Amino acid sequence: MIVRISGEEQYRLPDGDKERLNELENAVIASIDAGSEGAFPPAFTALLDYVRSNGEVLGDEELDSSDVILPPSDLTFAEAGREFTGEGLIPD
Amino acid sequence: MAGLTGRMSTVVKAKVSKLLDRAEDPAETLDYSYQKQVEQLQNVKKGIADVVTAKKRLQMQESTLQQSVVKLDTQARQALAAGKEDLARTALERKNVAQTELQGLDTQVAELEDQQQKLTDSEQKLRAKIEAFRTKKEVIKAQYSAAEAQVRISEAATGVGEQMADVGLAMQRAVDKTENMKARADAVQELEAAGTFDDITQLGGGEDDIDRQLKQLSSQPAVDDELAKMKSELGSGESAPAPQIAAGEDAPAAEAGQS
Repeated sequence: MIVRISGEEQYRLPDGDKERLNELENAVIASIDAGSEGAFPPAFTALLDYVRSNGEVLGDEELDSSDVILPPSDLTFAEAGREFTGEGLIPD
Repeated sequence: MAGLTGRMSTVVKAKVSKLLDRAEDPAETLDYSYQKQVEQLQNVKKGIADVVTAKKRLQMQESTLQQSVVKLDTQARQALAAGKEDLARTALERKNVAQTELQGLDTQVAELEDQQQKLTDSEQKLRAKIEAFRTKKEVIKAQYSAAEAQVRISEAATGVGEQMADVGLAMQRAVDKTENMKARADAVQELEAAGTFDDITQLGGGEDDIDRQLKQLSSQPAVDDELAKMKSELGSGESAPAPQIAAGEDAPAAEAGQS
């Protein structure tokens, strides 16, 4: 499975990590749903850190598409909230 | 994955297909892809240049404001030494506003530097991927039948397209940020244009609109503190020494407008 962190790298992770990634993402979503500006940064950082520390960075010569694309690390709570109101991270 | 990443993936993939869909003749797709990639690289360079320009503009404002802070501090001391406390207070109010603006500008310059670094890294990565694509394209053409090559090169082009789309998103964020900052820079410029940070000895007698606005903008407790401190530095005021030009620099920046 290939995961991109927007603005950073693409990482190759074992397919078995999908479940753990889902859990971490659910925690991020829960913090947003709860409107918890305090819980969001650690949850989001935990998700990104998991990918960074368990993934293997793809070399520049590898031209694969990602299976999952994570938002950039400087995503703000407000931006994350907009994800769910349909405006999207970056309007087209 | 739904939600956060799902949305993000959708946005990026939509951009990738937009980038790749434009060639009408499949036979042209390969060279067209490469050409689009090189064009995009130029756009990224332009984006970086825009960020640098925005940063320079803010830095110029910073240096003007820094000069104003030093000047107003000196003038406040002079006014106080001459027993004109009102004038000294006005100068300190203006200095306080200038310092607050300076802090805001500092943060913004740091943010833009961060953006610039990120875009530069992205540009290098994209350049490396484009180079890899160019090489790979030739290898694939030589090794596979035309139909098979078409498929494989399309896959590679999609991979590069994703990188391009991602850099595009990063640029969009940078542009949004600089635009937000421009609003603030314009506000500072208006204050400057109104003579806010000019020589206070040029002031007329009465309190004008600018003064009333400044009273609201500046932190009165900080101004009070600084005025008291300046008074004690000047001793009882009778044998006040000539104001030190360097005084503006050790006027503790942390003291005003920090809250």
